[in-house]
Amino acid sequence: MSAHTLTAAKKPQPFSLGDWWSRNQRKVIPYIFLAPFLLSFAIFTVYPAGVALFLSFQRTRGFQQAEQGGGVVLEYKGWANYERLLTKDKRFREAMINGAEFWLGTLLVQMPLALAVALALNSPNIRFRVLGRLAFFAPYITSAVVVGWIFRFVYDQNFGWMNSALAQMGIEGPAWIRDVNFVMPSLIILGLWTWVGFNSLFFLAGLQNVPDDLKEAARIDGASTIRVFWHITIPFLRPVFVFVVVTGGIGSFSLFSQPYLLLDFPNTGPFDSGLFPLMYLYDMGFLNIRMGYASAIGYILTVVILIITGMQLLLFRLWKV
Amino acid sequence: MFNSERKSAMGASRVNILSMNTIVLVGVLLCAIPFVYMISASFRREGDLYKLPVTVYPREWTMHNFHTLFDKTEYVRWYGNTIFTASIRTVVGVYLAALAGAAFAKYEFRFKRFFFFLVLATLTLPFHMLLIPLFLLMRDFGWVDNYLAIIVPGMVNAFNIFLMRQYIESVPGELMDAARIDGASEIGMFHRIILPLVRPALGVVGILTFVWTWNDFLWPLVVLHDDAKYLLSNGIATMDGPYEVETGAIMAGSFLATLPIIIIFILMQRQIIAGLTQGAIRG
Repeated sequence: MSAHTLTAAKKPQPFSLGDWWSRNQRKVIPYIFLAPFLLSFAIFTVYPAGVALFLSFQRTRGFQQAEQGGGVVLEYKGWANYERLLTKDKRFREAMINGAEFWLGTLLVQMPLALAVALALNSPNIRFRVLGRLAFFAPYITSAVVVGWIFRFVYDQNFGWMNSALAQMGIEGPAWIRDVNFVMPSLIILGLWTWVGFNSLFFLAGLQNVPDDLKEAARIDGASTIRVFWHITIPFLRPVFVFVVVTGGIGSFSLFSQPYLLLDFPNTGPFDSGLFPLMYLYDMGFLNIRMGYASAIGYILTVVILIITGMQLLLFRLWKV
Repeated sequence: MFNSERKSAMGASRVNILSMNTIVLVGVLLCAIPFVYMISASFRREGDLYKLPVTVYPREWTMHNFHTLFDKTEYVRWYGNTIFTASIRTVVGVYLAALAGAAFAKYEFRFKRFFFFLVLATLTLPFHMLLIPLFLLMRDFGWVDNYLAIIVPGMVNAFNIFLMRQYIESVPGELMDAARIDGASEIGMFHRIILPLVRPALGVVGILTFVWTWNDFLWPLVVLHDDAKYLLSNGIATMDGPYEVETGAIMAGSFLATLPIIIIFILMQRQIIAGLTQGAIRG
C-alpha cells in the first residue's frame, strides 16, 4: 500500500476509481463489512423503535373499510396509554408482578443450584462428566414449545408424572397449572429444569479459570475450604455471576413460549397467575388489535428491564473484592 | 497424630467424591425424566397414557402416533420449511457476522467504539418490545407468510458478531500484512485468510444460529399465518387445535423435532459450550 502512495505522490495522474480504491480500501472496507449490521440496525431496530414510540401515544379508534385497505384508524391520546397501564390496568400489574416473582425464583433457587451443580461437576473423580454435560445442556436446546407441552402433561393432576412421583412418597399432589397457588411454582420448576444445567456450565467454565496454585497457596497458609471458596473462588466467578444474573433478569420478564404452551394461551392460568408481560403485549396487539396500547407495554417493559439490568450492574460494580 | 489427620482428610474426600457423584447423577436423572416422558408417550396409545397406575414404559408399543402425525397434520411440510429457513438464515447470518466481526477485530476506523456500543446495546435490548412495529413493517414489505420475514430481520445477530470478533482477533495481523504486500485485496484476504482460519468458530456460530431459528416460536407465530407455511414450533404449538390430535402425537412430533438438535449437540458439544461460555467469562 505504501508503494502506491509513493508513486501517486511522484507524478499526479488523472483520477481513477481503481487507483483510489487500491490506495484507500483498507480505510473503506470496515464500513463495507459493517454495512449489513448498520443497515439492519437502522431498519429493524431504530425505525421500529420510533414507530413504537409514535404508536404508544395513539389509540385504535376503528377500522377502515376493506376498499380503503382495511387498516387501523388511530387517534392521538397523549400519555393516556401509559397512564392507564401504570395506574389502572390490573392485568398489566399482575403480569409485571409475575415477571418479578419468576425473577426472584431464578435468583434465589436457580443460581445456587446451578453453582452447586457446577462445583460438583468440577470436583475431581466425577464419573459421568460427558453424560452430565449432555443431560444438563439438553433442556436448554430443546424448543420452548416442546418443553411447554411436556410439562403440561407432566403436571396433569391425575395422570401426570409429577403427581404419581409425589404419590409414591405418600404426598397428594396439587392441581399444579390449574391451581392459582401452584402456577408460579410450576413455571419456576420448569425454569429450573431448563436453565439450571445451562447456567451451571457457565459457572463450570468460570471455575476452571480459578488458578489452582492460588487456592493451594491459601490452603498452605491455613485457610479453610470455606474461606478459600468465599475469598478466592467466588471473586473469580464474578463475571459469570454478572452474566447469569443479568440474562436471568431479562429472560424472566420476557418469558413467553413456556407459559403460552403450559397454560394453553389465551388462557393465562387462574386469575392471570401465569400471565407474563410479553403475553399481555401479544394479547393486546394481535388479539385485541390495540397496537398503541401494546407498544406502550413494550416501552414500559423495556424501561423496567433496563432499570433492573442497570441496578444489577451497579451492584456488581460495588462488589469489587 | 499426623497419621490420624491424614486419615480423616482421606475419609472426608471419599465422602465428598460420593456426594458429588450423587449430586451429578440425580441432576442427570431429573434432566432426563421429561425426555423419557416425551419418548415414552410417543409410542403409546391415548388409553395407555391415561390409565392408572401411571407407568414409565408403554404397556404396548405402537407407531400409531407417527402415522397420525404424517397423515393428519402437515408435519412433514413443517419439517421441510424449518430446515429450509434455518439453513438459509444460518449460512447468510454466519457470513454477515464474520464480516462485522472482522471489521471490529482487524481494522481501525472512525466510530469503531460507537458502532461496537450499538452491537452491545442490541445484545441487551429485548427484541420483542418491537414486536408490533416489526410486524407492521413486515406487512408493509408484503412479507407476512413469507420466509423473508423469518430470515432477514434477525439475520445480523449481535451475539454472533460479538463471538466472531473474539475469534477473529486471534488471526495474526502479520499474516494479513504479508498478504497486503503481495497485493491481496482486503476482501480477498477476508475470504482466503480470515474465514479459513476461523472455520471452527464459523461452525459454532452456525450451529447456535441454526438451533435458535429451529426453536424460535414468538416471531414465526406473529408473521406466519398460513398453516402450510408454519415452522415446526408453530405447527407443534397448534397441534391440539385444528388437527385435534392426541397427546401421543404431540409428543411424537416434539420428539422428532428435538432429535436433530440433540444429535448436533452430541457431535459438537465441546465447541458449542466453549463458544457460548467464552463471552460470559471474559466479561
